[in-house]
Amino acid sequence: MTLLEAILIAIMMAAAVAASVFKDLISAVIACAAVSLIASILFYLLDAPDVAMAEAAIGAGLTTAIFVLAVRKTERYER
Amino acid sequence: MRRAAALVLLAVLATGLACALSAIPFGRDKIDVANHYIREGVEETGAANLVTSVVVNYRGLDTLGEVTVLFVGALGVGVMVYGRPAHGGGNREKASLIVTTGSRVLFPLILLFGIYVFLHGHLTPGGGFQGGAVIASAFLLLYLARPGRTLSRAKLGTAEAAGGLVFVLVGVLGLFATGYFLQDFLPKGRPGVLLSGGVIPLIYVAIGVKVGSELARIIGDLIETE
Repeated sequence: MTLLEAILIAIMMAAAVAASVFKDLISAVIACAAVSLIASILFYLLDAPDVAMAEAAIGAGLTTAIFVLAVRKTERYER
Repeated sequence: MRRAAALVLLAVLATGLACALSAIPFGRDKIDVANHYIREGVEETGAANLVTSVVVNYRGLDTLGEVTVLFVGALGVGVMVYGRPAHGGGNREKASLIVTTGSRVLFPLILLFGIYVFLHGHLTPGGGFQGGAVIASAFLLLYLARPGRTLSRAKLGTAEAAGGLVFVLVGVLGLFATGYFLQDFLPKGRPGVLLSGGVIPLIYVAIGVKVGSELARIIGDLIETE
């Protein structure tokens, strides 16, 4: 594991914890998007560009948009 | 008490996963099937990208199932918003000048890149799913940049149905030509050129159109209804 990979994994874990802690669901969705984005960078570093593209486009892009739309249709803050 | 029980459960789960994963010999030759794909894949399928040759050629039926799962997901969203009044699309506030101007430049480029990704799925990383997702994100940008504008969701549905039909039709043609559903029946060509890989480019164009219109429609369904 290189230093870059270690740093990325550390940020990814922090974002994952943040996603479950945040009471503001929009912030949680953005944290989820960060997890996906870093996962896609890691996939690329691990020589899996096909998976990296799918993860970046679907995980970081479209899923975030769909979650934000769902939050807008329901409630923004967790009770 | 509940918290402690959850922590214990999590610890058990983590140990189990760690034990199972540490036993997998990552990076070592193990499975004959995988070795066969790596050694004979390019020769047998004519696709320079090995991942694509597995996804579309060797495991084409699984991909058909995957596309069906996505279809059911889109159907679920469609059923959920069915009958709800449309409120004329998008955010009610105006998008900023940067977003509207940027979208004019970026929309055609993103669309072109998506088409490139699925058209070259058998040559370079990427394929129908990735290209389709990129195309759908171009439509998302359009929604963000032009509040109040709507897309023809019926036309997106038609494109989606056409993509799915072409996929199944190629499979049925293979059934008639070779005796096996989804079997490659076109000449393989020289690996590395655009017209190679037999039916792979055909199927990936169909998947790209299907996934792109499907995801764009899911987003449209969510944005345009109340």
